[in-house]
Amino acid sequence: MILLTTLGYIMIILGSLFLLLGALGIVRMPDLYNRIQAGTKATTLGALSSIIGVGLVNPNWFFKTLIIAIFIVLTNPIGSHSIARSSYKSGLKPELQSEIDEYKPENIQDERSDLR
Amino acid sequence: MNFKRFITTLIIYFIFWLAYTTSLAANEIIMGIILSTLLSVFTYKSFSQKNPENNIVVRIINLIKYIPVFIIEMVKANLDVARRVINPSLPINPGIIKISTDLKSDYAKLFLANSITLTPGTLTLDVKDNNLFIHWIDIESTDKDIQKNLISGKFEDLLGGIF
Repeated sequence: MILLTTLGYIMIILGSLFLLLGALGIVRMPDLYNRIQAGTKATTLGALSSIIGVGLVNPNWFFKTLIIAIFIVLTNPIGSHSIARSSYKSGLKPELQSEIDEYKPENIQDERSDLR
Repeated sequence: MNFKRFITTLIIYFIFWLAYTTSLAANEIIMGIILSTLLSVFTYKSFSQKNPENNIVVRIINLIKYIPVFIIEMVKANLDVARRVINPSLPINPGIIKISTDLKSDYAKLFLANSITLTPGTLTLDVKDNNLFIHWIDIESTDKDIQKNLISGKFEDLLGGIF
């Protein structure tokens, strides 16, 4: 029992650490797409870890926290994907050091790509 | 009405109900059965697939194999982001690339795109037919096969087995 509680608190602390790193990433990254990268990954694992940690500290809630975790894993990437896609479609140019951009409208033949 | 698809949806709804209520009292269970039956009648067509390739046992085994792979990749992704963010020189070299996938079903492509977003250094921008457009924070290779292997190689076989 004490072991579970300790494990739970460790997971909550780790989760908040990842959230802090994600916030730092959002400040430091140069453009929106890189910020989303830092934001999505860190917030997903950070939130997962803290929520499951709460479930371990209070075992009555464990199944509920597990379901919340599953929904976060399913929905978080979709949200960031749709923010990134719509920013690209609305004309926000990514800063690409490598200058490789295979998503440019002229590189793909699709009549929807000029719908802005 | 496809009975198998209906029953699968009903069982999944009922498991969610049990997990949320966390109680085995008779009135809770009866209410759960009524509600999941009603919901399944209306939604089983959109929440289940027509004629998946494998049977349910193989799919569940593949799902169980997929979860640890996914969790390991997600932890790696976070350590990767942490490493880049803490490093004072901010080592990034972003680019947007296109990779193709052999997966056919829409669910499999959705899960592939989600998995790619949560794995190290990659973010799915768009899915068109068989191509995924991916923002890669550090372009390690310009060769298509190596790119595909690095980004989606681990997931494709397992997801193909699930959906």
